[in-house]
Amino acid sequence: MTTKQVKQLDRVIIRFAGDSGDGMQLTGDRFTQETASFGNDLSTLPNFPAEIRAPQGTLPGVSSFQVHFADHDILTPGDAPDVLVAMNPAALRANLGDLPKGATVIVDTADFTKRNLAKAGYDADPLAEDSTVLADYHVHPVDLTQMTVESVKEFGLSRKDASRAKNMFALGLLSWMYGRPTEGTVGFLQRRFAKVPDIRDANVAAFKAGWFFGETTEAFAVQYEVKPAVMPAGTYRNITGNLALSYGLVAGGVQSGLPIFLGSYPITPASDILHELSKHKRFGVTTLQAEDEIAGIGAALGASFAGSLGVTTTSGPGVALKSETIGLAVMTELPLVVVDVQRGGPSTGLPTKTEQADLLQAMFGRNGEAPVPIVAPQSPSDCFEAAVEAVRIAVTYRTPVMLLSDGYLANGSEPWRIPDLDELPTVDPAFATVPDDGSEFLPYSRDEETLARPWAIPGTPGLEHRIGGLEKADGSGNISYDPANHDLMVRTRAAKVERIAASLPPLEVDDPSGEAKVLVLGWGSTFGPIGAAIRQVRRAGHEVAQVHLRHLNPFPRDLGEILQRYDRVLVPEMNLGQLALLVRARYLVDAVGFNQVNGMPIKAADLADAIMNLIEETTR
Amino acid sequence: MTAETSDLPFPGLRGVPTSEEPQNRKDYTSDQEVRWCPGCGDYAVLAAVQGFLPELGLKRENIVFVSGIGCSSRFPYYLDTYGMHSIHGRAPAIATGVATAREDLSVWVVTGDGDALSIGGNHLIHALRRNVNLKILLFNNRIYGLTKGQYSPTSEVGKVTKSTPMGSLDQPFNPVSLALGAEASFVARTVDSDRKHLTEVLRAAAAHRGSALVEIYQNCPIFNDGAFDALKGAKSDQGGSGAANAIIPLVHGEPIRFGTPGEDGLPGKGVVRDPQTGGVRVVEVSADNADSVLVHDAHASDPTTAFALSRLTDAGYLHQAPVGIFRQVDRTTYDDAAREQVRLAAETLDDPRTALDQLLHGSDTWSVD
Repeated sequence: MTTKQVKQLDRVIIRFAGDSGDGMQLTGDRFTQETASFGNDLSTLPNFPAEIRAPQGTLPGVSSFQVHFADHDILTPGDAPDVLVAMNPAALRANLGDLPKGATVIVDTADFTKRNLAKAGYDADPLAEDSTVLADYHVHPVDLTQMTVESVKEFGLSRKDASRAKNMFALGLLSWMYGRPTEGTVGFLQRRFAKVPDIRDANVAAFKAGWFFGETTEAFAVQYEVKPAVMPAGTYRNITGNLALSYGLVAGGVQSGLPIFLGSYPITPASDILHELSKHKRFGVTTLQAEDEIAGIGAALGASFAGSLGVTTTSGPGVALKSETIGLAVMTELPLVVVDVQRGGPSTGLPTKTEQADLLQAMFGRNGEAPVPIVAPQSPSDCFEAAVEAVRIAVTYRTPVMLLSDGYLANGSEPWRIPDLDELPTVDPAFATVPDDGSEFLPYSRDEETLARPWAIPGTPGLEHRIGGLEKADGSGNISYDPANHDLMVRTRAAKVERIAASLPPLEVDDPSGEAKVLVLGWGSTFGPIGAAIRQVRRAGHEVAQVHLRHLNPFPRDLGEILQRYDRVLVPEMNLGQLALLVRARYLVDAVGFNQVNGMPIKAADLADAIMNLIEETTR
Repeated sequence: MTAETSDLPFPGLRGVPTSEEPQNRKDYTSDQEVRWCPGCGDYAVLAAVQGFLPELGLKRENIVFVSGIGCSSRFPYYLDTYGMHSIHGRAPAIATGVATAREDLSVWVVTGDGDALSIGGNHLIHALRRNVNLKILLFNNRIYGLTKGQYSPTSEVGKVTKSTPMGSLDQPFNPVSLALGAEASFVARTVDSDRKHLTEVLRAAAAHRGSALVEIYQNCPIFNDGAFDALKGAKSDQGGSGAANAIIPLVHGEPIRFGTPGEDGLPGKGVVRDPQTGGVRVVEVSADNADSVLVHDAHASDPTTAFALSRLTDAGYLHQAPVGIFRQVDRTTYDDAAREQVRLAAETLDDPRTALDQLLHGSDTWSVD
């Protein structure tokens, strides 16, 4: 065995890329779990096609998983990979453009046949000695497939079945290179394939063979070490946004004492929330996979009327279908949480790619004056707290709430410091009871502080009442076509949503010196790239401030005043300027956008350039 | 006519608390002014429901009426129970949420031919397929009333309306056939003007555990007056000889006979199986064929014969239609089964907060000091 050099690194970005059927998501996920349990800070970016099995070996069929890990706290999955693992020519070609010069490329050579090269659009073999395609990179051509087949020979599998374990071989190799702990993956494989011993043993053998190959081959002379990150004390786990959001809803049910009723229709990238909540019936969670998006929210609203907490989960196209029922929830003033895991649009758009272009839909996408509070998580783990907050607002104010996640948050993951339950807010459903002074029950009377109406659930004697989509008379809730009443009710519904601002904490303004002239205002999943860009700008010696919004409607009460403090306001968004439009309209601030709508998270370096340009403008 | 009823206590109302106080129709009458057109069939149905609910003896606060949009969907406002006048076509979906969330509620859906069969067709068939414990009253007037007179999905081909000046082109739905096609566990038809039959069908629907679809032929005096006159005996000159020859009464366990009395003093027409088509047809009954008259079996698990009976309904102008309970079978209801899953799962839960804490921790954690 050769003695290997060990090199210290503070951070690494690795991208695993292969065919949709090559198991790259699983590989990335396992590497992430190993990294998490090792104690690095990390952030991940899965990226896969909408097709389940796009034609094999083609560019559209390439699936990838990027993981960024470090010995310090990090905010994004990283702009450009330091290491690319490419399982076939298409994976190489599709990802090469993202690599900086000098990056490491590990290639499985097995599929570099004339046919597969042609499928990937290569006229000539990029691995050939006379090729210049890979001249700028450290390339490790390895026949991973053949070595995998060799390593699992004893299990008597067909070549096809044997070669399927090549992703575990690659994982083993990378696990060696970065000194990842292996017990977790071995245990995982043993559990996952418990019922098929051949496959189980082959995967474990391939994984170990990959590790030993790294240790023994001369091709890889260096092993890298990325030390654990210093993080606040606590118990941690790695978590994706969809999982954190699901847990937040369960927690919201526990904290309010309300049974959760999820009415949902499968849609990418929100379906995992339906899958997850279906597992938690013991918390009193009922899940209905409805016949369509409309029925999903309809059943949820019906359950809310009956005293459950109705929830519906979807993505942008589903919100379009649900909008009439959201309007009904506004009119009937019942609690309802509408989760929109945003994806590329319009129409079917880019189902598996991320975007933030549903903000204005959430804000205005209904007929009439139909105000809906909007809450947005800023990172995968933050989906938990955002969901708890959405439940708090929905129940306290008797209103539908839009919870705007996105595809990046949904599937991306990061370490999460598990909260102490005592840190979570308790929510009081405060169901209506018969007025004790003998007065008439008024279903559209108002709480003085919140302007919420009573939530009188069926089964409560003496509170029988009828609600519906027709305009309500103030107080009695009877049908009313009175012009003055309509004007009053429109303003009352708007005022009720505006009242939520009174319950929000002051915004956190990140402006260490207080000298910054440029403020970067963000919302949702751009939190990571904005934070990373701001660090770059500050490292270069410049001042810049950051505010990130969790509440998009109503805006926090101090936002206007904060915006006025800065010479320039930059609003980075994965849309064409939707938050910018809102703050310009509301605060008459000349906010400028940094807009990218390519289905991927904003790159910190690009944003840092934009911030620098704006800073330069202010100093001219 | 008589419709079959189940014995009390009604399984359909299992879990719904009953009132100890005697009730009357006034208890179910809200303070809202009823705003249907004079002569509208909806008044008769409202009166029948207000007259029938006290008989169930349920706690009034445990009854919920959910409706969609249309003339009939104003119904909940006039009943002093809990109610929701929702949006067009969605009542079955919303009611599914109400019924699944709460075992202790008696949940009714009031809808019309446009609401249930056009804009809300999808929700209707899926509620029936799931067999949610809902009683769905489908007021069929074969026209759009609230939007002032366009043809509906049950209007006959050739119907001249504001939107079809040269006659409508759409083949109508037969709501009973549609419900049977969706394998509804309870399907019945009744007529607004026959208070007694209407009440009996409502009683049977309430007794049934699962989705009960009750099609109610309901006259719209403004936009489709007389659509059901043949069944009411008024237009005997139009090819029939009064209601007796138009209504085919379905009574479980009874031979299906109707029409003016024949030689034996019993109704002169009967329904027999048609070996040629596999369906059923109407014949003149004589001593020779009296034994072959079909005996109605509403409890048959196979809906084929019920479907065949539903096809005896005229698709064009109505001269003949079977009325009564086509089908009433026991089948697991969605809401019971969904609650049972939650109940079973909850048996493993002692303290929700401890369980939540365990859930949040999962199996793969690490500690930072």
